This record gives sequence, C-alpha cells and structure tokens, in this order.
Amino acid sequence: MRAPHDIGGLPAGPVDTEPHAATFWEKRIDAINVLLGDDKRRILSRDERRLAIESLGEEVYQTLGYYERWTAAVTRLLLQKGILSQDEIDAKIAEIRARMGEAEEKTEA
Amino acid sequence: MSDRYSPGDHVRVRADSPPGHIRTPVYIRGKCGVVRRIFGDFPNPEGLAYGQPGLPEKTLYEVRFRQRDIWPDYDGELRDTVDIDIYHHWLEPDDAGATR
Amino acid sequence: MTERTSHDHAADEFQKDEEIHGYYQFLGLAIEELLVEKGIVTGDEIRATIERRDSITPAIGARIVARAWTDPPYRQRLLTDGTAAAEEFGCEFDATELVVVENTPEAHNVIVCTLCSCYPRMVLGLPPSWYKSREYRARAVREPRAVLKEFGTELAENVEVRVHDSTADMRYLVLPMRPDGTEAMDEDALAALVTRDCMIGVTVPKV
Repeated sequence: MRAPHDIGGLPAGPVDTEPHAATFWEKRIDAINVLLGDDKRRILSRDERRLAIESLGEEVYQTLGYYERWTAAVTRLLLQKGILSQDEIDAKIAEIRARMGEAEEKTEA
Repeated sequence: MSDRYSPGDHVRVRADSPPGHIRTPVYIRGKCGVVRRIFGDFPNPEGLAYGQPGLPEKTLYEVRFRQRDIWPDYDGELRDTVDIDIYHHWLEPDDAGATR
Repeated sequence: MTERTSHDHAADEFQKDEEIHGYYQFLGLAIEELLVEKGIVTGDEIRATIERRDSITPAIGARIVARAWTDPPYRQRLLTDGTAAAEEFGCEFDATELVVVENTPEAHNVIVCTLCSCYPRMVLGLPPSWYKSREYRARAVREPRAVLKEFGTELAENVEVRVHDSTADMRYLVLPMRPDGTEAMDEDALAALVTRDCMIGVTVPKV
C-alpha cells in the first residue's frame, strides 16, 4: 500500500539529467521553511512538513512541482496551527495579484 | 538500548502498513538484509511528524539488502546492493538468514 | 535589496498561462508576506537565509574530496566521522549527520532518497532538479545501472553497485576515486575535477 510519495522501484521514464537552477521563488519557499523550523521559531518540523506533503493525495502530489508541494504543505501546517486563516491568505493573494497587475501595466506603458 | 542489533545480524523488515508518517519505504518492507552499522539513537519521526517529541528515541541502523532479494528479476550484478537507514522497531530478527 | 526589487524579481518568473502553478506562486508570496506582517519572520531573515543557502555550493564538497585524495589522515577522518570532517571546512549541520561512502575499484556508490529528496545540503547546497524528480527517485533503487547510463556512466560488470536510499537522519556523500593521470596535480587542480554529480555517484571524475 503506497502513499503518493513512496515511489521507490516504480516504473518511470528516463531521467532529465539537465540541471535546472533553482528559481528565486523556489529559494524563498526554501528559506521560509528553514526559518519556520529553526531554533528561534520551531513552528514546524521537517517531519511535519513531510507528513503534510505525503497527505496531499495522489493527484495533487503528481501535479505540483517540488516547491509547490512544499508551499502546499507549509500552508496546511500554518492553517492547522492557527497561525494563518484561509480568509487572510485569499485576501493577500488578491492584493498581490492586483499589485502585480498594476506593475505589469506600468511596464507595458 | 540493550537489545540493539549488531553489525552482521540478519534482519527482516516488518511488512506492516501503518497509516502514519513512515520512513521505511514500501519496497523494502518484508525484505531480508544484514545490519551494516549502528548510527545511534534518534527521535522517532513517526511522532515528530505529529508535533510529538518523538520519544523514546529509536536506534537507527544501516541495513544492506541484495538487489536480487528485493527485485527477483533484477538484471544487474548478483552482488549489487541497496543500503537503507532503518529504525529499530521496523526490524525483526531473521534467524534463518545466515543459512540462506 | 529592497522589498520592491524582490517583488519585481518574483514577477519576472511568473507563468501566467498555467493557472495552478500560477496560483502556487501567488500562494507562496502570500504566505511570505503574511508571515512578515505578523512579525514571525522578517524580510532580512529571508534574504539572509537565501544568501547563506547560495553560499553553499558543490565547490565545498569538491574541496573536501580533493583534501581526502591528498591527505590520508583526513580521508580516514572523513570516512569515520563525515560530519566532523566536513565541519573542518566550515559546513554547518542541524539535525542531520554526514556519512561519506568511498568508491573503490570493486564498488561504486550512488545516493538517492526515494521518499522525498534528502540531500547533503550542508556540503553541496540545494539538490539539482533531477535528484528531486520522480524518474530518479523511482528508478535509482530498481535499475541503478540503467540510470547511471543516462548520465553517461557505464560501470564494468564486476563493479558492485551500492545504492544508498537516505530515509532518515543520515545524509550521504560519495568519495569518488581519484582519476589516473592526476599524480602531479595539487589540491586546487584536483578539486576542479570533482563535480556535484560525481559526489552523488551518478558520474565519475574525468581528467
């Protein structure tokens, strides 16, 4: 009985051996995870994050990229722990979308 | 822990499927291998994942498996191996292992 | 770096045509901004963490390998206690420990983490994309010789392939064999031969 992350030995295609450098966005997600787990904060642990990733379900796990899964996991944990609410997250996303839309219009103008 | 396995001991990995956060991959459950070394005692990730302290700590071993024992149709060399880090409570003695 | 340029940078990387992936990019930024607003993390801490991560590159691992090739007592320390030997090069470890496995004419080592992507970050930095891929994680334990071939590495049949699946608190680093014809090289020249991929075991150093 396999959870979606437990894939050792499953058939899969050839390895894309080209190294793709981590993007700035990925590095920021990585940094947030490091900080939330450090000794100063201890808000989430490595194993809590792994469990949250393992619990995403097969389709979500397969669809999301590596750091997108991390983003999903850290979001779930912050909701679970009552540190953020979904309302806050939705409002913030709307705010950022609007802000970035404006920035784009400015660039095009 | 006094009941630690020793390097050279033949062990079998438990074949259970608990629903929690398990660091013993499915492909190795139920397989037989040999303890290579003892890394020491570590907090149990099966508790850490749920915000628990992961106590009591579990002894962590490096266990070596022959590829042929994991995948009967393995098409590499007979001597090829996989080494996996496995916590004490996932191992059982494999008394018949030495004679196989 | 000001807040403003960091937003601009993120905006550049947006892929607006992919709704799901686009959403997760926004989600990541939203989480970050909310954590900063609530005073849980600061922008400076995030920037400092990224800088610290960026400062850890495979060049550090390469220097460790070159030292092991030229200094037998160091090689012994590295194989006995990888964590302490890497700390001599300024590497910092948190809850994990470093185990160094040595390639020999008889045995070749390869590292994988089938369950997630455990990687010796404190020595090599962030893992390459292929190390995190489904293809590598699924196949490296099942058909390592075929996977190595995809990296251009063909091993003699009589060489034993040892795959290490890092499932727990240990992080693995491969100590490759020093190539023939490098007897006259100094430590710096040797380090230049050591790539990230050969410290994961998917390739071997070449002159």
